[in-house]
Amino acid sequence: MTPTVDIQNLSFAYNGKEILHNIQFAVMPGEYISIIGPNGAGKSTLLKCLNRIVTIEQGTIRIMGKDLPQYDQKELGKVIGYLPQIREYAFSYSVYEFVMMGRYPHLQPFEQESKKDIAIVKEMIQLTGLSHLEHRDISTLSGGERQKVYLAASLAQQPRILLLDEPTTHLDPRHQIEIQETVSWISKQLNITVLHVTHDLTHIFTWSQRVAAFKDGRLRFIGNPCDVITDEKLTEIFDTKFLFLEDPKTKKIIVVPDDRKHAVH
Amino acid sequence: MLSIKRTYTIFILCAASVLIIAYAPFWGSKTFSWMDIFSKDVNIRDVQIFWQMRIPRALVAFLAGGAFALSGMVFQAVFRNPLVCPFTLGVSAGASFGATVYIWLGCSFVFWGISGISLFSFVGAVLAIAIVWSLSKIRYGNSTTKMLLAGVIVSFFFISLIMLLQFLSGIYESFRISRWLMGSLSVFGYEPFFEVLPFVAVALAVIFYFSRELNLLTTGEEIAISRGVDTRKLVKILFVLLSLVIGRIVSICGPIAFIGLIAPHICRFLLGSDHRYLTPATFLFGGSFLTLCDVFARTVIAPAEIPVGIVTAIIGGPFFLWLLNKKFLG
Repeated sequence: MTPTVDIQNLSFAYNGKEILHNIQFAVMPGEYISIIGPNGAGKSTLLKCLNRIVTIEQGTIRIMGKDLPQYDQKELGKVIGYLPQIREYAFSYSVYEFVMMGRYPHLQPFEQESKKDIAIVKEMIQLTGLSHLEHRDISTLSGGERQKVYLAASLAQQPRILLLDEPTTHLDPRHQIEIQETVSWISKQLNITVLHVTHDLTHIFTWSQRVAAFKDGRLRFIGNPCDVITDEKLTEIFDTKFLFLEDPKTKKIIVVPDDRKHAVH
Repeated sequence: MLSIKRTYTIFILCAASVLIIAYAPFWGSKTFSWMDIFSKDVNIRDVQIFWQMRIPRALVAFLAGGAFALSGMVFQAVFRNPLVCPFTLGVSAGASFGATVYIWLGCSFVFWGISGISLFSFVGAVLAIAIVWSLSKIRYGNSTTKMLLAGVIVSFFFISLIMLLQFLSGIYESFRISRWLMGSLSVFGYEPFFEVLPFVAVALAVIFYFSRELNLLTTGEEIAISRGVDTRKLVKILFVLLSLVIGRIVSICGPIAFIGLIAPHICRFLLGSDHRYLTPATFLFGGSFLTLCDVFARTVIAPAEIPVGIVTAIIGGPFFLWLLNKKFLG
């Protein structure tokens, strides 16, 4: 089986500063990979290399078995969807109009949206639970609702790969879970590969098949969540101690930063 | 918003534009009736005023207004900021500086059928856009404030250079420069109209072609790239195009302020932010608006006329403050 994402010897520097160093790993179709690491480890940059927000100079990236530079940007838009953190927004579009923009890579200039495009857009609006807001102006929505609109738009691209860059940071717990569940469900349904940059160490066990841990621009560990999310490995990556608790009801592992070090002093 | 309602609005704007262009030549210090302009009895000089000055002036005003409005709309999409326009970004000042250098040098040449003053304006506009674009890439700070400050700085810089040149030039050139900086649409004959027309027509067509891409640009550069827009190429094309158009128009009419801010904003209020509708509407509205402002400038203290740039600046200044206030407080 061809990997959907195949990264070899990838290094990336910005203004003379090395951000990624000799990264090498492959992701299989339908696989859900969580990417963890401290701030500035190069996680976001890695995602930006994949959809060409930044251009790589060293190493090779193959998407669906094809070299990244061989893609036309519009063609890449049919393959890769991207969901970053929420941001401020100044222009007014309705939810429907905004999600329809996700159909861009599938449309020719001046081409009218077909029945199929409209059906896909409606489906994604429904999937993300936004049907009641379809005609609302997105600048009037809450952060959580707006992030769902962005998710619906990237899903309307019908991507084979979805890149998530801390999409639920700054959202309330309910919206965090709803967005996470939607992504997880749809990626399973449509066999979409997901690369998810996150700081949520607890839910990694629930959603991901593998975890990639980054530090200082290097890939330190990659593997099964149970093998990577261990006390000594997390300490090595984040330079802080963690507590591993077990929920008595569900037996699920909950990982939280340990604050006892500070309590002692 | 329903596309039928938006199509309808554009149709109304179209009809209004035709009426405004048709009626604008009749207003002024000398008034005409329909009978006069085709009659053989009227003094030949008055008929000439109508055919050789009033009509070309209305046409040039319409094209200039439409082009400034379109430029404002595109800058707002590219910079994701509803408060920018060629004037507030300092691009008009850059183009003016180019033209001032040309006047100051006292040279006169034509290159490939394009007048020298337009080429100088074009270079000035490109320079200003390049500075503003690189300032906008600085990472820290609030983007709105940053863009406005960048525009103010670029404007200041070019206006200082213009003042320096005015100081250095003779009394005649100095007067010519300052009169031209106030913005005026006085033209004689159809030559200026045909000089501007191809630039504006190409700009309108290209911008309309990229209307989906412009929609995506307003959602953020990274989002636009991830949806499949080659933003680096697109922004380059748009900037060169706008520099050409602004350079051309500024060299003929001077830097007419704030049309690029007012027109797109009102059209967005009428039709929403979809550039497939916004592009034609903004062009028509900007054209009509400047034509009307020019009628006002010609008639308010008739038989004398005030420079149209002063009229648009007096309307645009308070409008800008209102927008700024709305953005930060509402």
